[in-house]
Amino acid sequence: MPDATGLELIAQDLRAAHGDDAVLGTLFFRDKAAVDIAPARVRETLESLRERGFSFLASVHGLDYYPEEPRLGVQYELLDMYEVDRITVRLRVPLDAPTVPSVTPQWPTADHQEREVYDMFGVIFEGHPDLRRILMPEDYEGHPQRRDFPIGGEPVLFTHNEPRFPRYSQ
Amino acid sequence: MEVTRRQLGAGGMEEFRSRQLTARQMLQGDLEGPALDQHVEDSILTTTLDRAANWARANAMFPATFGLACCAIEMMSIVGARVDVARFGGEAFRASPRQADLLILSGRISIKMAPVVRRIYDQMIEPRWAIAMGACSSSMGVFNNYAIVPADKFMPVDVHVPGCPPRPEALMHGILRLRAMILAKPDLSWRTRYGGRGTEEFIESELAIDPVAGHAVGISGGGRMGTSA
Repeated sequence: MPDATGLELIAQDLRAAHGDDAVLGTLFFRDKAAVDIAPARVRETLESLRERGFSFLASVHGLDYYPEEPRLGVQYELLDMYEVDRITVRLRVPLDAPTVPSVTPQWPTADHQEREVYDMFGVIFEGHPDLRRILMPEDYEGHPQRRDFPIGGEPVLFTHNEPRFPRYSQ
Repeated sequence: MEVTRRQLGAGGMEEFRSRQLTARQMLQGDLEGPALDQHVEDSILTTTLDRAANWARANAMFPATFGLACCAIEMMSIVGARVDVARFGGEAFRASPRQADLLILSGRISIKMAPVVRRIYDQMIEPRWAIAMGACSSSMGVFNNYAIVPADKFMPVDVHVPGCPPRPEALMHGILRLRAMILAKPDLSWRTRYGGRGTEEFIESELAIDPVAGHAVGISGGGRMGTSA
């Protein structure tokens, strides 16, 4: 893991390469380094980190920070397999314009993971070759992992509520 | 009615031998009169065709080879030596729904999988039965959320086996309950069992072809599936 100082050095290099507005901040929490970036700069940032040795995109995550704004988040977990070193790249997008450049052209492994983030959270990855739902049926409405999505599923017939669903199984 | 128990014949083997000889005489046409009456009375069991058919069905169920989730592992183990489903003629898992008459829903059914399950059930031939195995396919279990539907919502289920997952013994108990159900009841088609007699299923579709025009060119009608009973 980069330590807190190492993280600051990485952030400094990213700022030098892509401008001050590319990196919004850093977080070193429980020995885990994370760098917050501007959504539009994700491709360049990930490319720079790949040149530093973080060549393996381990996973792409979606998050919902409801009720904070910007609400939706995407995290990229990067791994340096020579140094056994990890770093998290985080970005946040608002709900009314949830667009992030897709990194699938550079990291083919992100293909299905970006589709899943789109399916579950509704983040739109621009430049993705085939942005369709991956888990839910294609005619499904809504993004079920958002925090404001209703929890409840189907009513279930048990002995105690049988009178409430008289024609349940028909 | 008074029930009495009597010893058969003088000794087991002799009795058996004499019945064998009588049967041979009857086949040769040598048996006549009261001896023939007695032989027929001793060797014929009367029943109804329905009961005989149910007896045959209940003791030779053909489950579909169809596993959905972790319950499927428990389902596989009922074929093993410990709870040997072969004792009740259910060990032949068929790889095609066309050859199966029992669908064991072993696991959670997601809303994406539900149409597939329903199609497999529709492809099975009558008479057919379904067992919802485990908490998920009966009541969605721990997954009461956007992803899972209970089996009763889209197909008729005969037996629900609770558990998460149910032990093989529990599934075996469910199969035996189903067997008892088949043996006890006269066979009704599923339309009668689930109040659907005189109904039919079809997909609302803009592609529906006029059934009369369809017959002229050999197309069976529209987006219709299933037939009316």
